[in-house]
Amino acid sequence: MSARFAPGDRVRVREWFPPGHVRTPYYVRGKRGEIERICGTFNNPERLAYNRPDDPKVLYRVRFMQTEVWGRAERSSDTIDIEIYEHWLEPEQ
Amino acid sequence: MHDLGGLPGDAIDRTEHQNDFWEQRVDALMRALGTLDPPLVRTDELRRAIEGIGADAFDSMTYYERWISAITEVLLEKGVISVNELSGKIAEIEKREAE
Amino acid sequence: MSHPHHPEHHLPSTYHEKLTAAVIELLAEKKVLPPEKIRAAIDAMDARGPNLGAKVVARAWVDPEFKKRLLADGSKACAELGIDVGSLKLLVVENTPQAHNVIVCTLCSCYPKMLLGIPPAWYKSKSYRSRTAREPRKVLHEFGLDVDDKVAVRVHDSTADMRYLVLPIRPSGTEGWSEEKLAELITRDSMIGVAQANEPTAV
Repeated sequence: MSARFAPGDRVRVREWFPPGHVRTPYYVRGKRGEIERICGTFNNPERLAYNRPDDPKVLYRVRFMQTEVWGRAERSSDTIDIEIYEHWLEPEQ
Repeated sequence: MHDLGGLPGDAIDRTEHQNDFWEQRVDALMRALGTLDPPLVRTDELRRAIEGIGADAFDSMTYYERWISAITEVLLEKGVISVNELSGKIAEIEKREAE
Repeated sequence: MSHPHHPEHHLPSTYHEKLTAAVIELLAEKKVLPPEKIRAAIDAMDARGPNLGAKVVARAWVDPEFKKRLLADGSKACAELGIDVGSLKLLVVENTPQAHNVIVCTLCSCYPKMLLGIPPAWYKSKSYRSRTAREPRKVLHEFGLDVDDKVAVRVHDSTADMRYLVLPIRPSGTEGWSEEKLAELITRDSMIGVAQANEPTAV
């Protein structure tokens, strides 16, 4: 499965708020970050949660500045890395 | 509510304790169910079922109480066990324990 | 009086203990899951613990090529040392003079169990899960670790398929130490990132 994004790409997490089982934390929705690495292709947990192992998606680690996520940070260089599935990401405008 | 990142929280209680034997069995049960092909309860199904327990589940139930409740829920959904069978088996266990 | 079938079990049992027993017995009766598989899973977890993680870290400290492989593919590198982590996808993050790493799972309590064993209760607590994402330095301070201003704190939230291990910095004063001796300095908490590895004590 080919990856849409590459390490170093700037991305934004979609501002979706669907019901059901999702693994994208509220705190990063709408936030901008950078692809830290491609983790591989895995079955979408949103489908696995309902016993549907039928939806492979590329998984990335995305690095966010804490200042971006919370508006402020204990130290400006601090970061938080999260694994996010491709369908939750779009290129940063 | 399970999506906790960034919410306010208290001082962290660092008391360590061993899991009770029944809790170790729940943990083992989940891993054993995952080794079946196909897995009978997937990690994602467990998480989804825990999330569905209810808003106060975290406060009213312990970690492995949530786990066994969720595992049971998924097995019931799939028809692997039935509510009737569970009732019967729990009654049997209570009877055994009373002896 | 202990339970005839489970001598470790002391009566009276709670609803959830009974539910656990009921589910396990029903699955066995239906031949869906033999009890031996549960026993084997209990034994498998008993065999896991921080000593395994410490072995991996100690090797990485003495062998730079192993460290490179460990950082590229954690599970595969563990296998080199005879440590079978099963389906665990291990991602190792290295502490350096520029960055200190700390692991959390804000959504539940994902942890590299097949390497380190069962996580401590605090790792699974609401407070740790909510606060570490937002105020890691304050949390680390509570654990007795103060990270210098010039060092970036990197939080890793274990949201999907990867599980994390922090590779702590090798303490100074350990030149020439054997891997076994080095492993004794490497604590579970240092591999979660709420502590550094222990300093060598003065002899």
